[in-house]
Amino acid sequence: MSGLFHCASSPRVERLSEGLARRAPLDLSVLPENDLVRHHVNLSRKNLCVDSSFYPLGSCTMKYSPKAGEAVAAERGFSSAHPWQKPEEVQGVLHVLGELSRDLAALTGMDAMCLYPAAGAHGELCALKTARQYFRLKNDPNRTEVLVPENAHGTNPASAAMAKLQVVVVRMNNRGRVDVEDLRKKLSARTAVLMLTNPNTLGLFETEIDTVAKLVHDAGGLLYYDGANLNAILGRVRPGDMGFDMIHVNLHKTFSIPHGGGGPGAGPIGVKAHLAPFLPGPFLVQESNRWSWTEADSRSIGRFHGAHGNFLNLLKAWVYLHLLGDEGARRVSLAAVLNANYLQEKIKPLLPVPYGAGRCMHEFVASALPLKDETGVSAMDIAKRILDEGMYAPTVYFPLLVKEALMVEPTETERRETLDRFVALMRTIVEEARTHPERLHDAPVRTPVGRVDEVRAARNPVLK
Amino acid sequence: MAIPSDLKYTKEHEWIRLNGKTGVIGITQFAADQLGDVVFVDLPQPGQAVKQSETLASIESVKAVSDIYAPVSGKVVRVNSALASKPELVNADPYGEGWMLEIEVSTPSESSSLLSPANYEAHIQENKS
Repeated sequence: MSGLFHCASSPRVERLSEGLARRAPLDLSVLPENDLVRHHVNLSRKNLCVDSSFYPLGSCTMKYSPKAGEAVAAERGFSSAHPWQKPEEVQGVLHVLGELSRDLAALTGMDAMCLYPAAGAHGELCALKTARQYFRLKNDPNRTEVLVPENAHGTNPASAAMAKLQVVVVRMNNRGRVDVEDLRKKLSARTAVLMLTNPNTLGLFETEIDTVAKLVHDAGGLLYYDGANLNAILGRVRPGDMGFDMIHVNLHKTFSIPHGGGGPGAGPIGVKAHLAPFLPGPFLVQESNRWSWTEADSRSIGRFHGAHGNFLNLLKAWVYLHLLGDEGARRVSLAAVLNANYLQEKIKPLLPVPYGAGRCMHEFVASALPLKDETGVSAMDIAKRILDEGMYAPTVYFPLLVKEALMVEPTETERRETLDRFVALMRTIVEEARTHPERLHDAPVRTPVGRVDEVRAARNPVLK
Repeated sequence: MAIPSDLKYTKEHEWIRLNGKTGVIGITQFAADQLGDVVFVDLPQPGQAVKQSETLASIESVKAVSDIYAPVSGKVVRVNSALASKPELVNADPYGEGWMLEIEVSTPSESSSLLSPANYEAHIQENKS
């Protein structure tokens, strides 16, 4: 047993000066179990997480993940199934995958799903390769440009670059939506795909989506939906009905699997029928209530995942959808939008919301710029001060369209009392900025690690 | 906010110090302040040709990565290699030691499209509101 506790010596340990480095392995057998448990429980408490506190990290949808998903995923029949087992031995597993595909397709308005991608960005790459193959086989190989709005998620241009496509940035108008005139100028016979999030990164619904979709399709391009903000419209309106040809879904956002998945995540993609043959195989088929795999033909882009996707994550999303039901899915978007608007109205008197003249969707972006001009307190200082009070902070400095941005997404799983506590904290912090600005510059002081020197970390990264 | 009177500016917040056939290029103090602490400047190789308004270099701060556009067309003749180990010079002295590169101007007439110090200041004020 003690052999388990031998630590592989890392370069860090070797750098300890003589006399400090351990010469023999720790003898943990002398420790009572309770001390060991306490040690680890206390370590776990040093982290803020969704299970311990409110987490309004904009665009990340840090909502609570029901534990029912974990319980089901721990069932041995699921956890010990092997990807290469014969279909007749794992009909239950295949049933889950098949039903999840069907439900996700129904919720997004797509014709076919591919559950293999191991994360959202992997899904983006997979979808862009699928689009590329579609154009190649249509004898239209010169479509190599991917249009992204200037406030797109960073993964969109990154995925386009990974797929060896060129990024073309489309401007936003002064209402925080895609500038249709600029889009018109950027569309051409080279356009492959427009990647769009709707609602967008400012938490605003792209009200001209019909025009946008028509322009892209008339130019011969495809419309791609980044599913990062799908919780805002779940059960209300479907990307497929807005004209989108392809979509990726972040199961860790809208469908409640843990963020990071305790390892690999899951980012299924969906496509309309005309793109389905190009998806990675094998495809799951159901014949007279029996599920089996069938290989894709030569039109497919080929395998994109060694096995059949990260099954236990997919399973947790399936459990979540069963817990919700149709009405529950509609309540997700209702609560997400209601919570965000409630917070937006409460925060507005404290910090301006530059694009907040109307209603937001599931998130909004406040600006600490006037407060910074007045007191010297930045969005980053506010974020760090929030950590001191045991909550997590909004996303800061994104999107770049809003200066000193604080991007707030309360998510659908929080109740009004929690939102009110956040508002009260923000009120205290804005007052403090005027009376005790040093408290904000010094924050956090109560967390296990104080203000980290992110400038030094970025200038001299220690990666190993 | 310093806006030296001997420089020409772009709406994208680059400055150029024209001196006969060459011009030294950097970013303005306004840009440096907006970016926050600069952590990396990706400069081109000397010899590289560039057209006006095309991407010339990129700059990374703790907040964002931004492109730097060529104020005029030309060929890169010299880059500020000190920025490789001291990117903070861009914040500390954007018009001096924080300069980025020097180009040999190929189309001198293009400089008429650049902003004067007064026009650049007006442009910043507009952006703020």
